[in-house]
Amino acid sequence: MIEHSKPVSRYTAAARINHWITAVSLILLALSGLALFHPSLYFLTYLFGGGQMTRIIHPWIGVVLAVSFLGLFLRFFTLNFWNRDDTVWMKNLGSVINNKEEGLPELGKYNAGQKLVFWGQSVLILLLLGSGVVLWDTYFASYTTIDQKRWSAVVHALCAIGAILIWIVHVYAAIWVKGTMSAMTRGSVSGGWAWKHHRKWFRQEVGKS
Amino acid sequence: MSALQALDLRRRSASSVPPPASGKAAAVPVAKLIDVSKCIGCKACQTACLEWNQLDQSIGYTDGTYNNPTDLTPASWTVMRYTEHERGDDLEWLIRKDGCMHCDDPGCLKACPAPGAIVQYTNGIVDFISDNCIGCGYCVKGCPFNIPRISQATSKAYKCTLCSDRVVVGQAPACAKACPTQAIYFGTKEDMIAHAGKRITDLKSRGYQNAGLYNPPGVNGTHVMYVLQHADKPSLYSGLPDDPRISPLVGIWKGVMKPLSLAAIAFAGAFGLMHYVTKGPNRVTEHDEEKAAELAGSDGAGSKKA
Repeated sequence: MIEHSKPVSRYTAAARINHWITAVSLILLALSGLALFHPSLYFLTYLFGGGQMTRIIHPWIGVVLAVSFLGLFLRFFTLNFWNRDDTVWMKNLGSVINNKEEGLPELGKYNAGQKLVFWGQSVLILLLLGSGVVLWDTYFASYTTIDQKRWSAVVHALCAIGAILIWIVHVYAAIWVKGTMSAMTRGSVSGGWAWKHHRKWFRQEVGKS
Repeated sequence: MSALQALDLRRRSASSVPPPASGKAAAVPVAKLIDVSKCIGCKACQTACLEWNQLDQSIGYTDGTYNNPTDLTPASWTVMRYTEHERGDDLEWLIRKDGCMHCDDPGCLKACPAPGAIVQYTNGIVDFISDNCIGCGYCVKGCPFNIPRISQATSKAYKCTLCSDRVVVGQAPACAKACPTQAIYFGTKEDMIAHAGKRITDLKSRGYQNAGLYNPPGVNGTHVMYVLQHADKPSLYSGLPDDPRISPLVGIWKGVMKPLSLAAIAFAGAFGLMHYVTKGPNRVTEHDEEKAAELAGSDGAGSKKA
């Protein structure tokens, strides 16, 4: 539509592939996990070839997610450290939600909301991995007590719901803030998008060239 | 129709709707009564169980005690557990036939995520329906007695069925039939409680002041009960739980967490939709594009590297 600014590169192809492997694994994990969590959603096991297959596949997808997310973590953690501008941004969350971003500090590659998504998923996925291994009876049944397995079941379910809620926020933000999707599909955003949402980062990118 | 033609279901795992009823009158609750004071530890019950259920317990190892096999397995649904208990100068040999207690409020059934993999008949027997079992091991977490065992070979959970296939045709369980000292009785739960009362009176007259019936209220009673010489200390008998109940963790996991979690997810989705409908999308303006072009140059001086 608007042609008077050139796209700004935001994610390399490797980062995008890494993201989408994580995304697909997380969705498959949510579907297969919910199938075994609530009887009303047991029908979702059909997507994976039945109950036994769902039980077998779910932890392996978890391994894929853990490795893939570790890749994302190593790529992005330095860009997600909290700073004073993030605190200001959080205090003005109400205005952000109301589409009024004027007067907020210029932001680097990520805003406070994105950073919270990042750290939230990092912590939850770590807990999900730990509790998931305890629940993976096929290989690890003999290493823990039954009471430890009970704790793990509760922690696993709680963290999974937390991760699904964060995922909803993450996906909705991408739908709500127009121009965002192309960052993860084609790797670039428009100059206007970069100026509006991540001006400090935009200035750095312009400065590099 | 239930798993057994002649018996309706009282409970069915992972099912939101009540189990289908055929209209038959509910069966009379049954119970097995194991009189520990009459047990001589011969293991005829273990053998009868293997034989009737056509179980093939492979030869394992012995730990030098009479406990053999040393624990329940997917093929050994009952094992005798031997405890040497010193009471003053007296040495008592407490022999307990371990196996599924058939809780009236079964934790395994509560924890099971697979519809119909665990059922409870109207007579109180709790049965695993292998065809529906997915081998997840949740029943192990739900059980207050550490009974279910998952087979490595079939990835299914197994435990004592209380010979539901015999009971339904009017036979006593194989173990009860095989017991040479009649330490194992089988009948209606009411009769078994009455019979236990007589046994307890007898034991008390012989100096066992704390003799009593083990029918733990924490799981709403069991359909396998013990007469114990020392009912005040069930844990003497190879760790029989003093006050078994479904773990509160399992209660949370299988109780409030389920509806609250789905409600939270639904709320998050609805909040997003309502936000979009009321506030609308966040769009980049012409002004933003102009400012960007000013900064980066209209021919695009934006960097290629991320």
